Amino acid sequence: MVDRIADIWGTRTPFAQGDRWPVRVDQVLAKGLSEQDVDRWVQSACVLCSNGCGIDIAVKDGAMVGVRGRAMDIVNHGRLGPKGLFASWQGVSNKDRLTQPLIRENGELVETDWDTAMDRIVSRSKALLEEKGPLSHGFYTSGQLFLEEYYALGIIGKAGLGTPHMDGNTRLCTATAAAAMKESFGSDGQPGSYTDIDECDAIFLYGHNMAETQTVLWARVLDRIGGPNKPMVVCVDPRSTEVARHADVHLPVRPGTNLALMHGLIREVIRNGWIDEEYIAAHTLRFEDLADKIEPWTPEAVAAECGVDAAAVVEAARIFGTSQRVLSTVLQGFYQSAQATASSCQVNNLHLLRGMIGKPGCGILQMNGQPTAQNTREAGADGDLPGFRNWENPQHIKQLAELWDVDELVIPHWAPPTHAAQIFRYAEQGSIKFLWISATNPAVSMPQLPRIREILAKPELFLVVQDLYLTETTQYADVVLPAAAWGEKTGTFTNVNRTVHLSEQAVEPPGQARSDLRIFLDYSRRMDFRTKSGRPLLDWEGPEDGFNAWRECSKGRLCDYTGLSYERLRGGSGIPWPVNEEHPDGTDRLYGDGVFPTHADAAEDYGHDLATGATVGDQAYKAMAPNGRAIFKTALYQGAHETPDGEYPFRYTTGRTAYHFHTRTKTGRSPQLHDAAPAMWVEMAESDAEALGLGEGDVVRVESRRGHLFAPVRTANIRTGTVFAPFHYGYWDAADPAEADPQQRPRAANELTLTEWDPVSKQPVYKTAAVRVTKVADATGPAPAPTTTASRPARAGRVLATVGGAAGEVSETIAPTEPPAAPRDEVRS
Amino acid sequence: MKLPIYLGLLHRSEHTLAESFRQVADGHGDEPDVYFLCRSLADQCEKHEQALLPIVERYGEVEKDDEPERLHADGLSKTRSGAVGLLRDLQDLYLLGSLVDITWTAVKQAAQGLRDAELLEVVTRCEGETKTQLEWLSTRMKQAAPQALIVAE
Ligand code: SF4
Repeated sequence: MVDRIADIWGTRTPFAQGDRWPVRVDQVLAKGLSEQDVDRWVQSACVLCSNGCGIDIAVKDGAMVGVRGRAMDIVNHGRLGPKGLFASWQGVSNKDRLTQPLIRENGELVETDWDTAMDRIVSRSKALLEEKGPLSHGFYTSGQLFLEEYYALGIIGKAGLGTPHMDGNTRLCTATAAAAMKESFGSDGQPGSYTDIDECDAIFLYGHNMAETQTVLWARVLDRIGGPNKPMVVCVDPRSTEVARHADVHLPVRPGTNLALMHGLIREVIRNGWIDEEYIAAHTLRFEDLADKIEPWTPEAVAAECGVDAAAVVEAARIFGTSQRVLSTVLQGFYQSAQATASSCQVNNLHLLRGMIGKPGCGILQMNGQPTAQNTREAGADGDLPGFRNWENPQHIKQLAELWDVDELVIPHWAPPTHAAQIFRYAEQGSIKFLWISATNPAVSMPQLPRIREILAKPELFLVVQDLYLTETTQYADVVLPAAAWGEKTGTFTNVNRTVHLSEQAVEPPGQARSDLRIFLDYSRRMDFRTKSGRPLLDWEGPEDGFNAWRECSKGRLCDYTGLSYERLRGGSGIPWPVNEEHPDGTDRLYGDGVFPTHADAAEDYGHDLATGATVGDQAYKAMAPNGRAIFKTALYQGAHETPDGEYPFRYTTGRTAYHFHTRTKTGRSPQLHDAAPAMWVEMAESDAEALGLGEGDVVRVESRRGHLFAPVRTANIRTGTVFAPFHYGYWDAADPAEADPQQRPRAANELTLTEWDPVSKQPVYKTAAVRVTKVADATGPAPAPTTTASRPARAGRVLATVGGAAGEVSETIAPTEPPAAPRDEVRS
Repeated sequence: MKLPIYLGLLHRSEHTLAESFRQVADGHGDEPDVYFLCRSLADQCEKHEQALLPIVERYGEVEKDDEPERLHADGLSKTRSGAVGLLRDLQDLYLLGSLVDITWTAVKQAAQGLRDAELLEVVTRCEGETKTQLEWLSTRMKQAAPQALIVAE
């Protein structure tokens, strides 16, 4: 038994470069139960981060009582992380689940039945359609539903109503991943694979605290580091994360300066001739566009702007330039910071310069934050059109119109899709009057919360919220719909390296709760959306019909699911798309042949100017004739818009901890995870804290131009001048009533963040803001931050170590079977 | 030689555009993308003015010529408000930007005729940026137009 709260990554199983990662099966059951007590195990995958670990759910007497990792799954080889182990089942089997629809009567939310709740939604929807048309409707969904649910929602919005105002909270976590791949390669679609970890000589983590965001993936890296021929590790992160502690080179850049660093790295690689000129000539376009952007960024200039050592920049470039096989992974440190798309495209560019793409160990993982974010993007529940289709390509619109049997004009393709922040802006201005939020909690997760609360509270906004629990957002709803959770419904979803998993229903949802799919299908039926030939637009009986419809939609596209079925996904490992006649076993890596989906008839996007977001447009794109070649894109460095000054002297940045997910709706209800990180804190460097007369645990007020929060300080290993805040904490579980009221005792990280987004990906900028810090009270104890993660105290021994005790114990079975193999390497044009 | 007339026209219109970008930024602070981009595009226009200085030093610049001004492009006196107001303000910027753009085109033709490499270099750099400004304005207007014209109150 291993305490997996104290030991987040579990027991090491080192392996050598090129070998397969050994199996280790992690299992946990409710207290007092043993394996013999389990009635049955039900196949699924974890939905608490984008890693997508294969998981079996233990069921006893109709309830979920534990989980174990699936040994044969190519994603996790049996392992699970703390969130999967403790929150996936405990997070949903709680007494405070919503079991009945609620409607607002005389200002109060009261229980009602489904007919009444749906009638209220449908009558408002119909009246607004009549009066204002479809642009009065907005949908804000999640990165945590299933593929079939997103596709249903996508069809409702795009073929039923015809509104461009659809987005997911994926906008907050993965929009830049998609945008960077569209700009560089013509389409969304992850080039690399997790197996690149097994093969690489060096791994670069750009703003990616993998050790905490995808703990099982980091365990794979740790096992490479612990084995023969360990890879070099380069980490770009302002905090001394677990990744940084294992890095050969750590570049603790000032938040907001990523692009200067990337320009510097590219400049070094080119000047030293570490480039593959043949590859560049044969497979890329616009190499010459890089020159004027990178020219000023000597290692010394980078050092001055980013606050890192010039020698470390040179060394990082040397590692990239001279290793045979490099894997790069990118996440929020880039995606949620200034010039996000331009910086992330520079990561793609580094690989293109060296022709290191689509070959074993030569991977790019433009990561996702959430478990099913990939499907939000694929299925069209966000701004994108289903199947990576291009809103500017009339042929693609025609395909969808034929597939759905609707008029092309219904499908909103006459303007760029509306991104989340703009949807909220339209609601603020009163032109969106109907907003349906599913499986997300913007009252904690959107930037600049004081403003978001005002928008949600607007009396003229009809707000539908669909969730498992009452949240900070449901407070403002006119109708609350109780949704079925993971394990209570069947469906599929796809992780960050394209691996598709089936998640089967294990237990019944509580009370009257219904799957999100059933709710969307019911809305479509009641709205009487019809095809041109008069049939119901969505006539699916259940999720499998939805999956089959999606297969049709994906046919011939990069994300081709035609070779998959529920039957095919039962029993074994998840399978990475494309899966079709050409690739019957799935596809481990894309672009091994150096052919990219940039043909004008294939491309998902014609691209943008990365500095302004101006669209290139079809004519200019066709004139450029990329025809299968990748495109070098970036922008001049500008830096963050809000930087420290005399009044607000610190740089403020937000992020995650290993023990929580999103706004803790599930993880906060797992006792082990809750106890490991029970309440809000902020992190500061020791010298900064001392200068303000602050010690560990002292309570401070952190204030930006938009709001303030109160939290105890952890003196941690973070670069000076920077304040870090975890974004998980809101108000639903505050200990005393004053703390439940953001007016009285604000504590959410997003009280301070600013409303600003990347010009291309439209991802909000959460990682740069200017703040000031003042002490408000002496410590009553250390800050409630874990000691096992990036928030470990700067000085050891003064704070009790984070442990799980008996409740944190997990059984680990090492190498019970041979490791699974990923599909053979194949190429696809 | 009449080039100084066009250099004057270019200088003035870049200046007007810079001021107008700044005005729209300040007037539409609730649209963060408009706010931040218009400010940096205003800076860009000012850089264009700077880039013209050495050229102007060589050729001179004529403030007023004998041709009467028929079309007055004085910039935005005030910004509007609301969704349609934003659309109109962006549209005015587009018109001012188009004036700058076509003036660069005319100056470029002259530069080629004069085989003036320095001027050609300045024109090529700035003209591309002006085009991108116009493309951004058009992208942003395409996004704003349906909502402003159909549902906004
Ligand atoms: S790494 Fe992610 S997917 Fe795997 S168990 Fe942890 S939270 Fe779940």
